[in-house]
Amino acid sequence: MIEVNALTKRFGDRVAVSNLSFSVRPGEILGFLGPNGAGKSTTLRVIAGFTPASSGTASLGGHDVSSSPLAARRLLGYLPEGAPAWPEMTPLAFLECIARLRAMPAERANARLKTVIERLGLGPVLHQRIDTLSKGFKRRVGLAQAVLHDPPVLILDEPTDGLDPNQKHEVRSLIKEMALDKTILISTHLLEDVQVLCTRALIIHQGQQVADATPQSLAARSRFHQAVTIQLHPDVEADELALIMKLIHAVPGVREIDIQAPAQTAGHQITVFPQLGHDLYGAIRELASQADWPTQDVRLELGRLDEVFREITRAAGDAA
Amino acid sequence: MSGFQALYRRELRAYFSSALAPLFLVIFLVLTAAFGFWFGGFFERNQADLSPFFIFHPWLYLILVPAVSMRLWAEERHTGSIELLLTLPIHTHTAVIAKFLAAWTFIALTLALTFPCWLTVNYLGHPDNGAVLAAYLGSLVLAGSYLAIGSALSANTQSQVIAFISTVIVCLLLLLAGQPIVLDVCRAWLPSLLVDAISALSLLSHFQAIQKGVLDLRDLLYFALTIGVWLWATTVLINHQQAD
Repeated sequence: MIEVNALTKRFGDRVAVSNLSFSVRPGEILGFLGPNGAGKSTTLRVIAGFTPASSGTASLGGHDVSSSPLAARRLLGYLPEGAPAWPEMTPLAFLECIARLRAMPAERANARLKTVIERLGLGPVLHQRIDTLSKGFKRRVGLAQAVLHDPPVLILDEPTDGLDPNQKHEVRSLIKEMALDKTILISTHLLEDVQVLCTRALIIHQGQQVADATPQSLAARSRFHQAVTIQLHPDVEADELALIMKLIHAVPGVREIDIQAPAQTAGHQITVFPQLGHDLYGAIRELASQADWPTQDVRLELGRLDEVFREITRAAGDAA
Repeated sequence: MSGFQALYRRELRAYFSSALAPLFLVIFLVLTAAFGFWFGGFFERNQADLSPFFIFHPWLYLILVPAVSMRLWAEERHTGSIELLLTLPIHTHTAVIAKFLAAWTFIALTLALTFPCWLTVNYLGHPDNGAVLAAYLGSLVLAGSYLAIGSALSANTQSQVIAFISTVIVCLLLLLAGQPIVLDVCRAWLPSLLVDAISALSLLSHFQAIQKGVLDLRDLLYFALTIGVWLWATTVLINHQQAD
């Protein structure tokens, strides 16, 4: 369990994190989001007990990170920003060293080493110096280090950064599996991570919390939420298009229509935005099939997280 | 305690897995032998002792020890591994002492490899082996003091070059503190009590006392205090730096 209470961190006159409060429960994966320089890594550093807070508190499993640091750190698996490791070591020597530094009993350490090495696919590079590894392997060595002692609390700073799509998938499923009984806090700038991985997303901007919600409810704030997008065939004539537009305008509850010019092999794309409380999908679908429109696809939009993210962080920026 | 041991072993191994260890060993052994036997007039003295060998140690260490100590913390800060190390369940002071002791062990091993010099004097004559042992001890605690100073100055920067240069300067100042060249200047404008204090701070005079074979508790205490204070400073600096 992670508890953060009125956390503030100042560097000189600059306020990096301002009055941040939240908690993460076991089973949750909280995605920590924000533009670069928003204070994500600083916050994680404070919670991990590396940087002392200027005011406010952070605790892991009930242990305050500044007044009982060792008890808190024992519960914690931490992947720092950039996945640092001792460069002249091999991954095997590094992980064995971490196991000893964490005072893991030899038998358990061996079993965990085997599991972690296998899960993170470190087999091929076990005896290669860490400073000669690719970015993806370095990141996985860092992750292996963080999960080695099977900690109840995990704080991961950009765990999927630098990984290829397959590795991303693998790491995400590993994190999801661990989330069953662990408390997990990840920072990321990949909205994809949030969508497929996180049960909750917390957005900070200029050190202030600007949103705390599930990815679904965040997406629902998008102007695309409940909109209907119609993808037309590329060979639609101009008069046919005009007729379709006229018919859509006539549907009750339509607030606004966006039309995008054909791109590459796709035809025009029409997005229809509903007035509040109106459901357009059924009506437009029926219209399209009755009139036999040359459509490739008619779909209901759930909302676009990237657009919401931009809206939220820009609005907060203007207010500041 | 196991965290301490694990870090100590890791650090000691790190010296030997880089090019530093062989380079340092060769340079140290060549320079000690060269200074002792040629410049120190080992053969011309017609005395079976190792004074000409030990007398240069403060000056050799002035360059060689900062080369070892500069990486202690500056490198951890530069690569970011300090964040990993200090979020593991070990105290900052434990980490400071483990890293210091590993570096000191490395230098002790190097110093131990000068044993052929000791064998040589024993072959050539009958030295006072007690005095030789005392001189070795003096050399070791002197190196430890340089290392502790280097540890603190390495914790103060991300740059190993800055750590090296600042350590050389501070060690040089502390070496010369008891020399006439410094004391004469001080005497002109400082009360005699302060001049005495500065003179008592000198690494060189305490080392020379031990190196002559006189093991005075006060000299040993001086080195122990020097090491302790600078290691404490290292811990304070590291904790302070995380804060800003």
